[in-house]
Amino acid sequence: MNDSPARLPLRTAAAVKLGNLSSTLSQKMGLGAGGMIGGRVALKLDPQALARLTHGRRVAVVTGTNGKTTSTMMLARAVGALGEVATNHSGANMPDGHVTALSKQPDAPYAVLECDEGYFPAVAGASNPAVAVILNLSRDQLDRVGEVRTIERSLRDTITALRDCTIVANCDDVMVTSAAWNARKVIWVATGTGWHHDSASCPRCGNPIRWQGEHWHCTGCDLARPHPNWITADEAMITPEHQKLELRLTLPGKFNQANAVMASAAAHAMGVPTEEAVRRLRGVSNVSGRYRTIQRNGRSARLLLSKNPAGWSETLTVVKEANHPAVLVINAQEADGRDLSWLWDVPFERLQGRTVIASGERATDLAVRLTYAEVQHTIVPDPLKAIDQMPPGAVEVIANYTAFRDLNARAAADE
Amino acid sequence: MSESTIQIALVLPDLLGTYGDFGNAVVLEKRMTWRGIKAEIVPINYGEPVPDSCDIYVVGGGEDTAQTLAVKHLREHPGLQRAVTKNAVVLGVCAGIQIFGESFTRADNVTHPGMGLIDSTSHAGGSRAIGEVIAEPANGLFEGVLTGFENHQGRTVLGPAARPLAHVRVGTGNDGSVEGAVQGRIVCTYLHGPVLPRNPQLADLLIEWATGTKVAPLDLPAVTAMRAERVRAAS
Repeated sequence: MNDSPARLPLRTAAAVKLGNLSSTLSQKMGLGAGGMIGGRVALKLDPQALARLTHGRRVAVVTGTNGKTTSTMMLARAVGALGEVATNHSGANMPDGHVTALSKQPDAPYAVLECDEGYFPAVAGASNPAVAVILNLSRDQLDRVGEVRTIERSLRDTITALRDCTIVANCDDVMVTSAAWNARKVIWVATGTGWHHDSASCPRCGNPIRWQGEHWHCTGCDLARPHPNWITADEAMITPEHQKLELRLTLPGKFNQANAVMASAAAHAMGVPTEEAVRRLRGVSNVSGRYRTIQRNGRSARLLLSKNPAGWSETLTVVKEANHPAVLVINAQEADGRDLSWLWDVPFERLQGRTVIASGERATDLAVRLTYAEVQHTIVPDPLKAIDQMPPGAVEVIANYTAFRDLNARAAADE
Repeated sequence: MSESTIQIALVLPDLLGTYGDFGNAVVLEKRMTWRGIKAEIVPINYGEPVPDSCDIYVVGGGEDTAQTLAVKHLREHPGLQRAVTKNAVVLGVCAGIQIFGESFTRADNVTHPGMGLIDSTSHAGGSRAIGEVIAEPANGLFEGVLTGFENHQGRTVLGPAARPLAHVRVGTGNDGSVEGAVQGRIVCTYLHGPVLPRNPQLADLLIEWATGTKVAPLDLPAVTAMRAERVRAAS
């Protein structure tokens, strides 16, 4: 059903070649993972590179505040059942990352692209996706990304204008539902998303949203929770044909079950039989270093990434199961958002009574938050040293974006 | 005073809690509790009447539609305004400074009536002010500098009845020169961080106004270290 990707125009082909060369050089010289530089070079030489590189491929774009990288990896694995898939694995989720990934696999008939929410309009416009997955929308890096309603509005305008795209949208998220409400074709997924703090008022008319159990509706306009086609049940999912499938994921937490059901629904829309999709995405165990366990001097430290209040709230639920000591690592570089006010939206009070170390470049800001949460802690800015200072045994390490990236790279270098 | 409980109203956290402003209420509560003053946080959600009996009201920042909805609610249920006439202490952050004024005008040029609690008007500025702020407290209101993180489009002009909270050294504040407003026992600021974890002297000033007694200093090394770090980073 798919043509192989069209032959690239000469200019794009040259741009791709030089871009790939830059990626290789960047890797060889130890400058970076080469996930973005190649695309940056190619886009400079040919600004239409993304449109040309996606032309003739069947493309899925995955966006939302949390779970993008995991869901993209799950969906790419599932779509692998149909043929070769080009995908941006390492979280390089802006157009230069997309061009880099597509350039490396010019013949792959499928592409699954993780996309930063802010770039969704540009990427969806250029790549003419067959499927777009909208996971969730909540406050994240307000100084960089902007407010949730601005993002919702731009997604809504883009989605409404897309002609041949199936939108896979989370109907337990008011913002996502509003963004997908006018889509020509939409598949609704009930994920059981728990974060409602950004949707007390309707993004469309401003009136209060009323919740009754899992159902919600706007008290001022017709926006209301749609009837879901796919449902996330406890460790399982219910398909549109009312078939119950056990998920049995390797990854922990309810939010990964939600990611898996979103990915399965999207894979189904791409043409993958559901049982095969689930079988394939079950194997996802380590997403760019997330969820992996590192061994250091008798400590087994599980590395968890959380970037914003909704993400931290979910992760604190995951680590609640066992009462292991926790190292919390916070940076506030540009990619993290410079404003750490959001630390006060995270329910750190749940860590009372546990052994906790505050770490990262902004360990003192975190220490202030923990002080007022009455969580006993010490401060060790270097996260690897912090792990070493914990008692031997299991340790949970939760870090935000650049903190995680740097820790993961150092841990990998040590291994 | 020691018998009664100081009630801290957290005003519309579901609409005006975008920037961690819940932290301001937590800091007030803990700094009183740790000193043996009974205190509790009373969340007032959208749709609920606003009581006029609380001692301190904390109002946070929010997005535009939420802010419009909040001011509508607070005008329909004027408990906060009644409390002000009874000398309640009020902290208004970001959206707070805009909705407490006489009016605020958005980027779309639509002017909305404010609550008329402070002598000020706000309008949309040309660019969004984002970044660390350092300001010197005006009139020796409290010791040390005021530090915070601003992220706002609005600019605010104070009338004669309102005094600035501080004079800007780094950042934008109301207009590039002064930051915030003080009128009676109402304190407004554009600063997040949130502002009270960043500025314990301001938290204690509000506590002293509410309790009518001087409070002893509280030694929190993490707070001292963070303030020093933030001031260094902004300078």
